[in-house]
Amino acid sequence: MTVVEHQRAGAAALHVSRAGVGRPLLYLHGIDGTRSCGELVKLLGERAEVIMPDHPGFGRSETPPWLQSIHDLAYFYLQYLDELGVEKVDVVSHSLGAWIALEMAVRNCNALRTLTLISAAGIHLKGVKRGDLFMRAPDVVLRSMVASPELAEDLVKRVAADQEIELKNRYGIARVGWYPPMYDPELAKWLHRVVCPVQIIWGREDAMLPLEYAHELKRLIAGARLEVLSGCGHLPHLEQPKQTASAILSFIEQAAGK
Amino acid sequence: MKFFFFHLMPYLHLDPEVRAQYDSAWMVLPNSAYDPQKGHELYNRYLDELELAEQLGFDGVVLNEHHSTAYGLMPSPNIICAALARRTKRIKIAILGNITPLRDHPLMVAEELAMLDNIMGGRLITGFVRGIGIEYLVWGVNPTCSHERFHESQELIVRAWTERKPFAFEGKHYHMPWVNIWPTPYQQPHPPIWTPTNGSTETVEWAARADHRYKYVQNLSAAAACKKYMDMYRATAERNGWKATPANLGWGCPVYVAETDEAAVREMKPHIESLYNTFFRIPPHRFFPPGYTSFESMKRIVVDKVPIFGLQTIDNLMKHGVILCGSPKTVREQLEANALEWGFDTHLGVYHFGTLPRELTEKSLRLFASEVAPHLRRVNEVEPSVAADIAV
Repeated sequence: MTVVEHQRAGAAALHVSRAGVGRPLLYLHGIDGTRSCGELVKLLGERAEVIMPDHPGFGRSETPPWLQSIHDLAYFYLQYLDELGVEKVDVVSHSLGAWIALEMAVRNCNALRTLTLISAAGIHLKGVKRGDLFMRAPDVVLRSMVASPELAEDLVKRVAADQEIELKNRYGIARVGWYPPMYDPELAKWLHRVVCPVQIIWGREDAMLPLEYAHELKRLIAGARLEVLSGCGHLPHLEQPKQTASAILSFIEQAAGK
Repeated sequence: MKFFFFHLMPYLHLDPEVRAQYDSAWMVLPNSAYDPQKGHELYNRYLDELELAEQLGFDGVVLNEHHSTAYGLMPSPNIICAALARRTKRIKIAILGNITPLRDHPLMVAEELAMLDNIMGGRLITGFVRGIGIEYLVWGVNPTCSHERFHESQELIVRAWTERKPFAFEGKHYHMPWVNIWPTPYQQPHPPIWTPTNGSTETVEWAARADHRYKYVQNLSAAAACKKYMDMYRATAERNGWKATPANLGWGCPVYVAETDEAAVREMKPHIESLYNTFFRIPPHRFFPPGYTSFESMKRIVVDKVPIFGLQTIDNLMKHGVILCGSPKTVREQLEANALEWGFDTHLGVYHFGTLPRELTEKSLRLFASEVAPHLRRVNEVEPSVAADIAV
């Protein structure tokens, strides 16, 4: 069951969805917001307590005046973890959310039991073509995010039903990721500071951030393991929720057993 | 009234078949469609047209800045101004304007404009703009910072022009510990600042501040919007404790004058429609990148599906009062009626638009100068002493 609450965390009124019972798991959503996360969250909730906020400036959360950059979101969530009052959490993060998670982790990994990076933004590979977010029409961008054409149509319809949220998310993405486009030039050189267990999950057909990015992150983060999903694009939680949940849970449980 | 010639300088030699392969003449149309030999001829033709405006008795010419587009060949209006500076002797040259939020160093704008004002002995009129949304895709500048950078860069430039010893500028986007430009502007305290716009409450609020009193120039808009925002400007000035006169307001629109109304419509039609449908068209997501407008305005545009991106026809443009088209008598009467109803003293005529050829441009310009402008000189005339007091 999903419980929705509004709370003041740090300095933003946050919309948080919660599901399941078990060890706390913080889910940081990507550029597509939380609208397609339902199935994955349900599966994760069978074994963990999933805490899924809409980022400040996104979805149904407040857009606070202090929000200027990805670093603000990283510090915000580090403080949020302090205030959750749990010793350690498993962080599962996607796309933009994985960029936030990496920015958190290079600053301080103490509260991170494990880190799962799905289709992560945040670094740049020169000459590797990525999917542009703002030059193309929003529905073209959406269609390019998933491998299956049928799913693409379904996604476009779903987004059209809630255009205000989509628009707000685009404003949020532009605010933190317009330039340089969806990466932080200072991030890659500090990734050796990510010292918690890391799993990278990537769709082989990801056209937004091609698979080369997954290999580069694996190279930069010592001990990271990589799970590649075939027939999957940029949204594994929507395209292959079962495989994604199973990869996340087995990784988390294996890490706990160590 | 005063009359200005606003030139957009389009690259009018586009091959229609090439243009049809792209959704816009901005950003995506490859510059292989540009022929420098034709460009050379066009620049010199357009400069001739602007110089002709001085001979015909116009009060000034207007230039503006756009990037990566066949819509206009003026990425740097300051360079066009420099080319005109010593070829003209009397007219004002209005740069409306420099897109300062795109600059990481707005002081360069302050310096260039000060140079131009010195060379021309005070004939410069300036203006600052945010540009249209697509410029932020071209330049990579974050559109969510556009308003902040606009306000801050403008404050920096005006202070650089007016303070008489080195000072520190400590902004959020611009931090310069040692500002001390050479030269300073010829006009004191600084050249007039006009605010060109397609109309927005934010721009009215900015221009009509008691410490600004910038001339508000509504361009390429429907008549209803012109009236609404010019009324709003006067009301805002009054709320801010000062009284706006026609010298604080201007109207910019495409104009075409011919011997008869029928000839004017026939001759203007293909070229004005090319301005809107070939040169200006930009898909909504590139016209309004996220953050360029406030979230509330954008919600109105996207969620409420405000229809602003359809194909234009001359009939529609005339019906909504966006353009002036007709015999000298028709244009004279319409312009006078608008000036009296909306209360502006300056008209910025776009006498060249789209694919309009040289002969027709000159013919219309000459007809306007000889048979329209002289009859309207006394309309909304503001005493020079009053105008000097307010139109800084």
